[in-house]
Amino acid sequence: MEILRVEGVNKSFGGLKALNNVNFSVQEGTVHAIIGPNGAGKSTFLNCMIGRLAPDTGTVMFGDISLTGMKPHEINQVGVSRVFQTPEIFGDLTLLENIMIPAFAKRDGDFALHPFRRVDHDAEIHDKALHMLEDVNLAEKKDMVASSLSRGDKRRLELAMCLSQDPKLLLLDEPTAGMSRADTNNTIDLLQRIGDRGITKVVIEHDMHVVFSLAEKVTVLAQGTIIAEGKPEDIKGDPRVQEAYLGGAHL
Amino acid sequence: MDAILLQILNGLDKGSAYALIALGLTLIFGTLGVVNFAHGALFMIGAFCAVMLSRLLSLSYTTIDPDRTDFLGNPLKVETPYVEAWFGPETGAAIIDWSVPLAILFSIPIMAVIGLVMERGLIKYFYKRPHADQILVTFGLAIVLQEIIKYFFGANPIPTPAPDVFAGSFDFGAMIGMDPNVIIYPYWRIVYFLFAAVIIGGVFAFLQYTTFGMVVRAGMADRQTVGLLGINIDKRFTVMFALAAVVAGLAGVMYAPINSPNYHMGMDFLVLSFVVVVVGGMGSLPGAVLAGFVLGILESFASMAQVVSLLPGINQIIIYLVAIVILLTRPRGLMGRKGVMES
Amino acid sequence: MLGLNKKDSSLFLLVLLLVIFAPFLLNPFPENSELAQFNAGYPDLMQRFLIFGIFAIGFNILFGLTGYLSFGHAAFLGVGSYAGVWMMKLLTMNVLPAIIISVIFAGLFSLLVGYISLRRSGIYFSILTLAFAQMSFSLAYSVLTPITAGETGLQLALDDPRILGVSQVDGTIPLAHFFGLNMRESYELAMGGWLFTFNAGYYLCAVIMMIAFYVAIRIFRSPFGMMLRAVKSNQQRMNFTGLNSRPYTLAAFVISGMYAGLAGGLMVAMDPLAGAERMQWTASGEVVLMTILGGAGTLIGPVLGAGFIKYLENIFSKINDNILYEWFSALPTAVADVLVFVIHPFIGKGWHLTLGIMFMLIVIFLPGGIMEGFQRIGKMFSRKKKTATGPSGAAPAPAE
Repeated sequence: MEILRVEGVNKSFGGLKALNNVNFSVQEGTVHAIIGPNGAGKSTFLNCMIGRLAPDTGTVMFGDISLTGMKPHEINQVGVSRVFQTPEIFGDLTLLENIMIPAFAKRDGDFALHPFRRVDHDAEIHDKALHMLEDVNLAEKKDMVASSLSRGDKRRLELAMCLSQDPKLLLLDEPTAGMSRADTNNTIDLLQRIGDRGITKVVIEHDMHVVFSLAEKVTVLAQGTIIAEGKPEDIKGDPRVQEAYLGGAHL
Repeated sequence: MDAILLQILNGLDKGSAYALIALGLTLIFGTLGVVNFAHGALFMIGAFCAVMLSRLLSLSYTTIDPDRTDFLGNPLKVETPYVEAWFGPETGAAIIDWSVPLAILFSIPIMAVIGLVMERGLIKYFYKRPHADQILVTFGLAIVLQEIIKYFFGANPIPTPAPDVFAGSFDFGAMIGMDPNVIIYPYWRIVYFLFAAVIIGGVFAFLQYTTFGMVVRAGMADRQTVGLLGINIDKRFTVMFALAAVVAGLAGVMYAPINSPNYHMGMDFLVLSFVVVVVGGMGSLPGAVLAGFVLGILESFASMAQVVSLLPGINQIIIYLVAIVILLTRPRGLMGRKGVMES
Repeated sequence: MLGLNKKDSSLFLLVLLLVIFAPFLLNPFPENSELAQFNAGYPDLMQRFLIFGIFAIGFNILFGLTGYLSFGHAAFLGVGSYAGVWMMKLLTMNVLPAIIISVIFAGLFSLLVGYISLRRSGIYFSILTLAFAQMSFSLAYSVLTPITAGETGLQLALDDPRILGVSQVDGTIPLAHFFGLNMRESYELAMGGWLFTFNAGYYLCAVIMMIAFYVAIRIFRSPFGMMLRAVKSNQQRMNFTGLNSRPYTLAAFVISGMYAGLAGGLMVAMDPLAGAERMQWTASGEVVLMTILGGAGTLIGPVLGAGFIKYLENIFSKINDNILYEWFSALPTAVADVLVFVIHPFIGKGWHLTLGIMFMLIVIFLPGGIMEGFQRIGKMFSRKKKTATGPSGAAPAPAE
C-alpha cells in the first residue's frame, strides 16, 4: 500500500528549476532511498515534502492527507518525522528532556497548557524516553546537556527523538554524512533494527554502502528529474545512473 | 496643495535626522551584525559637540573698564571672549556666531575617536554573542554616555542658536509663485535638509565608487566569502563603525539649533530610528533613508490640526503604527534583503 | 511539599523565611549608629523589593525560559496601575478588587501586544514590543488624559464615587485597606538600639509574592515550562517535532504580562497613584537588568536582582558628599578630597551612571548574573576541597 505519493511537483528558485515534474511514491513499510549527484534537488525535494518549502505546483499526499500547505508541526502531528542533515536537537536541554519533548508532542498534541503538572511525575513519558535512550545506547548520558555530545551521538539522539513519536513515515537526510566508517556501520545497524518497528523510511544518501545495505527501492534524481527507479541491484547496473551519477565510472 | 507642501517641508528636517541615524544603524548592523542601542547616544554627543564648541569659543577674560560704571556705581567689568581678542572684535564675533557650523569640523575627529574606541574596546567582543547580549550591553553603554553628558552639562536643554544669517524664516511659497505668507519655512531647516542630503550622498558615493566601499558592500552581502579572499574585513568594519559614529554625530551637531540639546535626546531619537530601520528593512541602506524621510513626513502630516481633531493623538503614534503594520505585512520591511536577521 | 520536589521545597522555604524575617534581616544596624543609613528594613523599600521581585519573576518566565527579549513590559505594569487606581476610585478602597482588575487588564493588553509582536522573533520582536510600549506611553501622556490624568498622574479624589465603599471619611480620602486591615498600619518593635517595623502592606505583598514565586516554580517544572525552554533552545526542531511554538510563547507572554500587572496593582495598593513614567522604556530596561543581574532562567535570580538593584538605588541615591567626608574623616583631607571627587559622579543623582556601568559589567563578564557568580564561587571551593582531600604526597594534580 502506498503511504506517500508525490505528483507533478515543480519548484524553481529564480531561473533555476530545482525540481521538474517529480512523481514519486513510497510503499508502506519499506525503506526507500533517494540518491543523486550534488545539486540534483534531493534536499529541495525533501523540504517540499516536509513543508519547509512550498512546491510551485503539484501535490504531496500522505495517505489521504494532502501535506501541501500544511505547517511543519501539523505535518509531524499526522505522523511524519524528520532527521536533519546537521542534527537539530535541543542543545541546552538534557538528553532525557530531548526525548521527552517529542513524546509529549505525540501524546498531548501541538499545544497543551499544563503549567501545574510535574514533568518528573509523568511516569509514562519518562519511561518511554528512558527506553528510547537505551535503544540508542545513550542511557548513561541521560542527564548530560545535549550540546556536549559528539556529532555521532547527536545524530543518534535526534534519531531517538524521532522514533519516540512512533512515526508512520521517517525522513532521513544523509544520516551518515561526515561519519567515520565505524559510526556509519553503527548507524546502519541501528536503522536496520528500527526497521523491525514497521516504520516506513525515506533516506537521502550519498554513501552507496549505506544505500545498498538498507534500501529496498532506490530512486535516482538528477537535475531535478527522476532518471531511474528500482531495486538497488537494478540501479547499480543502470547505465543512465552511472552516466549521471558517476560520469560513466563503474560502481 | 500648499498645506500638503508645507507638511512635506516640515517633515523634512525630522526625516533627515531619522534618515541619518538610521543610515548609521544600518551600516553598523549590515557590516558588523551588531544591534547598536548606543547609536542614539552618538547623535546626542554630536549635538553636545556643538554646545561644547560654542562654550569654548565664548571663553572670556574679564577686564575692568575704569571709564564706565555699572548701575551700582562700581567700575564696569567687561568680558571679552578670547577669540575676539585674537582675531579682532568683528571676526571674533562672527566665529562665535558660526559656532554650530564650525562644530562640524570640531566633531568629526571627536566622533571618529569615540567610534573607534567603542568598537575596539567593547563592540568587538560582542560579534559572536547573541543579539540580546548586544542589545543589553549597548543599552548599558547608552545609559552611561547619557549620564556622563548629564553630569557635565546638566539636565536642562541648552539653546544653541544657528548663525544669525540663518535665523528666522523665509517665504517659501512666494518663492515658488504661490500666495505669500502661506508657506513660511525657517532657513536652518532647509540648511539641515541640504546638509543631510550631502552626507547621505557622500556615504553612498563612498560605498559605491571606492574600492574600500566595494569591499565593505561585498562584506555586507557575504562576510565569510570576502574573508576567505584574504581581505581583512574586520579592519574595514572598524572604520565603518567610526564612519557611522561620525554620521550620527554630524546629524546631532546640525540638529542642535532645531532642538536644544538635552541629555535624553539620544534615547528619544534612537527608539524612533530603530523603528525606521525596521520599516526600511534591516540591512538596506536605501531602505533606511527612504523610511526615514517617509516616516518624518508622515509624522508631520499626522500633526496637522485637521488630522489630530479627527484622530486625537495620532501624531504621537503614527510611526509606531506604521511600523507595526509594515512588520506584519512585509516582515522584511520596505527594502529588506532576504536572510537578514532571520534564524 | 505543595507538590514541589525536595530541592524546590527548600528553596521555597528559604525564600519564605527570608521574606518573613526581612524586617529583622534588613535592619542589622542599630538606629543611632552611623551605619543605620545602610538599613533597608523600612516598609516602603521592603515593599518595593517584593513588588519588583514579582515583576522580575514574571519577566523571567518570558525572557529566561523562551529567550524572547521584550522591551515593553513596563507598559503592562503601567496598565495594571491605572486599572488599579480606577478600581479604587469607582469601587472601593479594598485593595483586592484593584489587584485582581490590574492582573486582568494587564493580561488582556499583553494578549493583544503579544498576539501581534510574536509573529516576529529576535530583534524584530524586541523592537515591536518597544514600539507598543512607547505608543502606550505617548498615548497615556496625551489623548488618554481623561483616563490617565496625563502628566499629573492618576490620583484619588474626594469626590470619587467608590460605590461599594465610602467617598470620603471626615473630609479626607479613605486609606487603602485589605478587608479593614489598613495598608499603612505598622507595628514597631524596639529592642535595644534596634527598631524593627512590621508593616501590613509589606506582609500582604509578601503573601502575594510567595504565591507568585510558587506558581513560577510550578511553571518551571511543568511540561509547559520545558516546552518554553525548547523554544529558546531550537525553535526549528520544536516545530518539526509537532509542537506549535506560537501558542507557547503567547501563553508565556501573557503570563509574564499578568505578573507585571500584579506588580502594578500592588504598587497602587501600597500607594494609590499611577503615572505614565512607569510605562517608559527605561522602566522596561530596568526589569531586564534585574533579571539579567540576578540570572535569567534561574528561579531565584530575578528576585535577588530586583532586591539588589532597588537596594543599591536607595543607598546610592541617599549618599551625598557630606556623608562621604564623614566616612573618610580618618584620612588626610587631600586624600579625602580626591576620593570624594572620584566617587561623586556615581552617587546621589549619579545613580543611573552606576546602574549603566553595572549593566555593562554584568553583560560583559557575568552573563549568567549573580547566580552564575555563586556557581563559579561554589566550583572554586569544591575544587579546592578536592585537591585538599586528594591523596597526599601524590604528584600534583594537573591543572584543570
